Parts: sequence; C-alpha cells; structure tokens
Amino acid sequence: MATTTEAPAVKTVATRESYGKALAEIGALRTDVIVLDADLSGSTKTNVFAKQFPERFFNMGVAEANMIGTASGLAHTGLTVFASSFAMFAVGKAFEQVRQEVALPNVSVKICASHAGVTTGEDGASHQMLEDLAIMRVLPNMTVIVPADGNEAEQAVRAAAETSGPFYVRLSRMKTPLFLPSDYRFEIGKAAKLRDGNDITLIGTGVTAYQCVLAGEQLAAQGTSARVLNMATIKPLDVEAVVAAARETGGIVTVEEHQRAGGLGSAVCEVVAESHPCNVTRLGMQDRFGESGPGDQLLEHFGLTAPAIVAAANTLLEKNR
Amino acid sequence: MIAVADRRAPRDPDFDELAAIAHELRIDVLKMLNLSASGHPGGSLGMADVFTTLFFGGHLAIDPQDPTWAERDRFVLSNGHICPILYAILARLGTFPRDDLWTLRKLGSNLQGHPDFHHTKGVDACTGSLGNGVSVALGMALSARIQNKDWRVYVGSSDGESQEGQVWEMATAAVHHKVDNLTLLLDWNGIQIDGFTKDVMDVGDLRAKFETFGWHAVEVDGHDMRAVNDALNAAKQVQGKPQAILCRTVLGKPISFMENVAKWHGVAPDDDQLAQALTELGTAP
Repeated sequence: MATTTEAPAVKTVATRESYGKALAEIGALRTDVIVLDADLSGSTKTNVFAKQFPERFFNMGVAEANMIGTASGLAHTGLTVFASSFAMFAVGKAFEQVRQEVALPNVSVKICASHAGVTTGEDGASHQMLEDLAIMRVLPNMTVIVPADGNEAEQAVRAAAETSGPFYVRLSRMKTPLFLPSDYRFEIGKAAKLRDGNDITLIGTGVTAYQCVLAGEQLAAQGTSARVLNMATIKPLDVEAVVAAARETGGIVTVEEHQRAGGLGSAVCEVVAESHPCNVTRLGMQDRFGESGPGDQLLEHFGLTAPAIVAAANTLLEKNR
Repeated sequence: MIAVADRRAPRDPDFDELAAIAHELRIDVLKMLNLSASGHPGGSLGMADVFTTLFFGGHLAIDPQDPTWAERDRFVLSNGHICPILYAILARLGTFPRDDLWTLRKLGSNLQGHPDFHHTKGVDACTGSLGNGVSVALGMALSARIQNKDWRVYVGSSDGESQEGQVWEMATAAVHHKVDNLTLLLDWNGIQIDGFTKDVMDVGDLRAKFETFGWHAVEVDGHDMRAVNDALNAAKQVQGKPQAILCRTVLGKPISFMENVAKWHGVAPDDDQLAQALTELGTAP
C-alpha cells in the first residue's frame, strides 16, 4: 500500500477538541449560551465549557430524546443552546425530537455531535454514525456543517452561535491535520476552493477534504489538473460551486465517511442532474456498516484516502475521454 | 389575567362562573370538531374542567392580547391532540378571533390539527408527537432559573403519553435539576386510541410512579374544580421539585354516548351526534 496518505509533520487536532475550545470562548462572551450534554461531556469536549460555566451547563444523563426536547424549550425562551452527544445518539436516537422540536419550531438549537463516521474507530459499527448527513440535510430549517479541520471547526461553531435557527455540526473523534491555511475563512453555504484545476473536481467534506488535497497533489504529479473543493456546508449546498465544477471540469469525485446514499455525493448529484449533468463518482460507505479498528486505517480500508481518490479520478477521466 | 405581582399566591375563583365557562367551552369543542369532521373530542371534553380552572381561575400569568410577552407563564399541551379545548380557551380569552374556531384543521387555518405556534397565537410550542412536549416544558422551566425570571410552566399530558419513555427521561431530569416551576397536569382517563389503557399497556399507579421519581404528586378528581384549584394552589408552594397533578377524568364527559368509549378519543361527531350532544348540554343545535 502506498504510504502517501500518511499525514505530513503538521499539527493535528480533532474537530471535537476545537469545538470544546470555541464553545468555552463563546461562553465567556455570551451569557445567553447554554450547553447540554448526555453523559459524554468528556468525549464531546463540552466539559471545557462545563468547568468554566457550571450554571449554564446541564448534564441530561443518558437520555438524548429529553436532552433535545429540553434544549428546544430553553431555545424557545430566547437562549442559544448547544446540545452534544455522539452523532449516533444525538441524531440517530433523537431524530424524532430533532425534527419535531428543533427543525419544526425553527429554534436556535445547535446540535454539535462528535464521533461521526468510520474515524470513530475502535468502538465499531454501533458507534460509527454513517447516516446522519442523509437524515439531517432533508430537514427544513436545518443547516448542516462538517468542518474539515480544527481551524474550520472553531469558525463553524462561532457561525452557528451567531446565526439563529437549527444547526447540525458534525465533528470527529480522530485527530486530523490542521491543513487549512491560517487565513482560511469559513462561510456558511460556501465551498472553499483548496486547489484550482480544470480536468476534474474532487469534493471532500470533514476529514476527507484533506485526503482530497493529497489526491490533488498526486494527480498534479501525474499531470492531471484537479480542482479540490472543501464542502463544509452540506446544507445549504453551494450550488454555484458544484455547477461551476461540472461545467468547467466535466467530472466530479465526491468523498465522505458516510453512506454513499444520501450524503455529500447524493447532494452533489442532485445539483448536477438538474443543472449541468456530468459524470460523478461517489466514494463513501458501500451500503454497509463499519467495524472496529484505528480510524486512519478504517479510512484507508474503506477506500476514502488519497490513493483510492486518485484511482477513482483516473477511472472517471478515462470514462470521460 | 396578568397577575405578576405574586405568581405563587393562591387563587380563589368563582366556581359557578368557571363551571359556566367550561360548559360553553365544551359546546365550542363539539361544534369545532363537527365542522372539521376530524379531531379528538374525548380528551378535549375530559380536560375541560381542569384547563378552565387553570386558565380562568387566574393561575396563569399571561396577556391574551400579547401572547408572546416574554415574562409570561408557559402552557405546553404535550398531548397536543386535545388542542380543540386549548383553541376554545384562547378564543374565549380573545387571543384570536372566535370565528377562527370554525376553521379548525382546514387548509389555510390558523388552527392546525396539532398545536403549532407558527400558526396559532397563544400556543407556546409545537406538540402532538407524544413525549416531546414535556421535555420542551422542562427546558422552558429551566430557562427561568438561568435568566433569573419567575415564570412558571404548565404542561398538559396524559396516561397514554406516559407510555413514552421520554416522559420518564424528563421526570428524572426535572427532579435531578430541582426544577420547581414546572407543573404537570396529566389526564388520567384510562383510555387510549386502541382501548382501555389497562388492556393496551397498563401504566399502573401513575401518582405513585411520579412520587417515586421524586415529584410532588397528587391525584384529584379532574371534574372537581375546587379540588383542581386546591392542587394548583398547593403546587405553587412546592419548592425544590416539580409537581404532578394526576387528574382522574372521564373521556368525553358529559356526553352520554361519548363517556368512557375509546372510539371517541379521535372521532368527530357527525351532525346527528352533534345535535344529540348539544341537546344533552341544554343547547339548541
């Protein structure tokens, strides 16, 4: 196996760590920000906020449905509420409460869930949420964000706090490189062009954005000019960037640690099919669950790292030729 | 209706007047449901006396003309399907025009099949999916502590709803966080859609259950307005824990053919049934 997917010697941080840091910073500035957790504050990193602002932190125990409903009630009275757990539970177990009491009333509950995707790692299939983008992006009023690194996670959390209405922020357990440039600016609903190119477009979200950057470099080395987009906002999707990619590069590879159905790849296909049809290859989980193992190995095992992206890009380029 | 000076002060309403109001509200409910041709009369009629005591007995600090007044007491109808009685109350308070009542459940109506504050003035939450509203009410109650406010939160629920696990998640959390500005009014009529609760899924002694969870829990005759009023007054004095008022009611009361018949949980009266019901209530159809 190629070793090119190994992270270079750059600083790494898990987006959940950046969430915890940003949340505490927001808490110091705004007394109307409340945080709820469901017995996972050490893992979701809401414990940083909890230590500093205990009067504004409520542990709701292992009871996610009630946590989301309570968050909604707090938000009904004008507070901005962050509710955290693992993605599997905050979204999977409490989906009905999210729909009925967050999306429908359109209140400012920010569901910031960690341990999404196969990079959750050793905990295995039961804890690796792979369907959250599919079910959250179809909810009216819901904004869905997947930060690509710690820098972006901090900015996304601040944006969620400053913008009224429901948010879902998908966070990772695994440490990943802080690869976005220091002057990087996150904007809700905007894809970031991390590399320009005209032969093909690679679109990643969350931890796969970095793999797309690595793949872009490898494709450049073989003489292929790949555009690389970081699609941090899954909803509302940056339609303009997707259509431009289809029109200007003629082929798109999407990469996500999520089921191939319903997530980033599906969202891109919806836009392309309606606005500018082109070939799209969706890399993701092939209608299956994950398994235990180190997160980085699982990412590679399921074909979501640079070599697999390069191979998919070459296959697509061949098809387009 | 705004009595902010002392929200904990006991109320001593005119019970003859309350009885007359509940009677008229029941007539409105039956007419609304006949016109909508769908909806839930059983619990709406069954809880008419309890909610009349709450809203017209002076227990709620609300401003009917300013339903989003930030300091108001909140009322969340977690068993949202009995919203016809809530709509009849809000119309009588003048929060929205009385004529809206006759549009219940119709396209474009302000009065949705289940409560939705986007559509209906005076409604504090979107409810109807059982189990959810009680948690929203808990959040509203917690918020008062965080913001140093003194509003109270009342939440309507039912024995059928108590089959939802979320109710007990809420019951645990409300006690753990020592929420004492939250009062649950539970419609204990022993009936749910599929039949008698004891046959469908026996919920046992709900008063004992809430008490075991750490609540101040009392059982009252939900048609005895003095008893309901006493329970509401007592609940306001409880400190350090939430209060549950378990209201023993008769589904469909007092319509002879509706009382204690599960079918009337969620079937609207047709014209003949409405005529009979109104006759029983001493009103010309």
